Amino acid sequence: MVKFLDSAALERLSIASLIVFLLSVGISFGQDHGNESDDSHQEENAQHDAEHEDEDHHSTTSEEDHGAAVEGHHEEEGHHAEAGHGDGEHHGEGHHEEEEGVGEMILGHIKDDHVWHFWETGVLYLPVILYTEDGVKTYSSADFYEHHQHVEHDGYIINESGKIEAVAGAPEVIIDFSITKNVASLLISLVIMLVVFLSVGRHYKGGNINAPKGIASLFEPIVVFVRDEIAKPNIGPKYERFVPYLLSLFFFIWLNNLFGLMPGAANLTGNIAVTFTLAILTFIIVNVNGNKNYWRHILAMPGVPKPVLLILTPVEFLSIFTKPFSLMIRLFVAITAGHIVVLSLIGLIFIFKSWAIAPASLLLVTFVNMIELLVATIQAYVFTMFTALYIGQAVEEHHDH
Amino acid sequence: MDLLIPDPGLIVWQLVGFLILVFILGRFAWKPMLGALKLREQGIEEALKSAEKARDEMAQLQADNEKLLQEARAEAEQIRKDARATGEKLRQQIEEDAQKAAERIRKDAEADIQNQKQALLTEVKNQVATLSLEIAEKVIRKQLGDQDTQKGLVDEYIKDLNVN
Repeated sequence: MVKFLDSAALERLSIASLIVFLLSVGISFGQDHGNESDDSHQEENAQHDAEHEDEDHHSTTSEEDHGAAVEGHHEEEGHHAEAGHGDGEHHGEGHHEEEEGVGEMILGHIKDDHVWHFWETGVLYLPVILYTEDGVKTYSSADFYEHHQHVEHDGYIINESGKIEAVAGAPEVIIDFSITKNVASLLISLVIMLVVFLSVGRHYKGGNINAPKGIASLFEPIVVFVRDEIAKPNIGPKYERFVPYLLSLFFFIWLNNLFGLMPGAANLTGNIAVTFTLAILTFIIVNVNGNKNYWRHILAMPGVPKPVLLILTPVEFLSIFTKPFSLMIRLFVAITAGHIVVLSLIGLIFIFKSWAIAPASLLLVTFVNMIELLVATIQAYVFTMFTALYIGQAVEEHHDH
Repeated sequence: MDLLIPDPGLIVWQLVGFLILVFILGRFAWKPMLGALKLREQGIEEALKSAEKARDEMAQLQADNEKLLQEARAEAEQIRKDARATGEKLRQQIEEDAQKAAERIRKDAEADIQNQKQALLTEVKNQVATLSLEIAEKVIRKQLGDQDTQKGLVDEYIKDLNVN
């Protein structure tokens, strides 16, 4: 098998995706700064609120007592917003609102959430599990929503950044263990991976050396690739111990990257918490397996004059942390950037409010999605390869320079 | 930026879920798979090696056979050559012997002939002498019986003497 990209090319790719990411974040957040006040975004929401409230008032009465204080607050803002629009800025704002909506839509898609939106009415309310000062409390996230609006329930409310916080003297949330969209996606992917790979593993039970059949023949070349092209060249002679971890890592990232590309799917590998965890595991494995030679190279690089060591040692020490940090950022950025680009291109249709733009937009989206398939694979490869490389540096035996 | 702040709940879920995945897959998927792959690769390598060895052995065997054949051929050639040489030598020997024998026989024969010839000649001489003597005796007896003839003969001798 041939290495399809050298590390320099990968580095360039990473930088390119970082730039794309920064640009797209700039675009999607630009609206926040583009508006005169930060409140405008709330006003926008509030206007919708107000409309909903009106409907509520007319049609239903049972929900009125539920979190009345919050509704009242929204209503007030709604009036404020209407007043703002009355100032003759309506025409100029109109376009902004669309862009704002698209920015919201994009962020909503790439961020974690307590509900899983599939389509306008297809909403899956996920369980909320809170570890509070007062013990574990469980709810359904449906309790916190009423007509797509956040409402207070049992002393808790989902705030603007999607986090659950205590209000009105309820016990503070210590950790939110809710089955969010990402957690649900994680669990689904775990089940799929276990089912698939245990069935693959069954083929090889008892040292069966026959040629693979069915699903085993699909994954065997990839397993051999990870072993022979990632683990062996980067780790060196002691590679065998690390191959199972690298395989799990590679397939977890790769499959979740691919799952993330499906419409309506969660952005699991584009979540900083996930990449953080994976990077921390790499950090632990690398440093636990670090031999004397590895630590000597960090703490006192052999063959370097003492004064230089004063600078070099802190830099080398810092590199212990920058390596996993770069892993964390690279995967997060590459996947998030890809999602932002795809969603922005779809968003163009809504910004221009025209059917005419749709074919061009869809063409671009298709093209970018193709690239995303490539990126999903490359990022899994890169994360695994760099993990293997760092392990290789940690277990490398002393050799003369 | 909420995007850049890791959510502790998700970290815990991810950590637990991923570690479960690593351990279960490591135990029940990767371990048997990598083991079987290694076994298979070793098997292939061994099969290739033994095939190589068999081929080498075959070649060796063939070379040996060839060598043996060559040797046998050379030996046969040698034996033939030797036989031919011996035969030739024998033939020459026999020829020589025969010639020698023939020569000896010829010489013996010649000597015999010579001897017989001598003997014959001697005998002939003797007989001629005897006969001559007998003839001479008879002639003389006859001649000397007649006086006139004796006288004539003496005269004739004397005449001859005078001429000289």
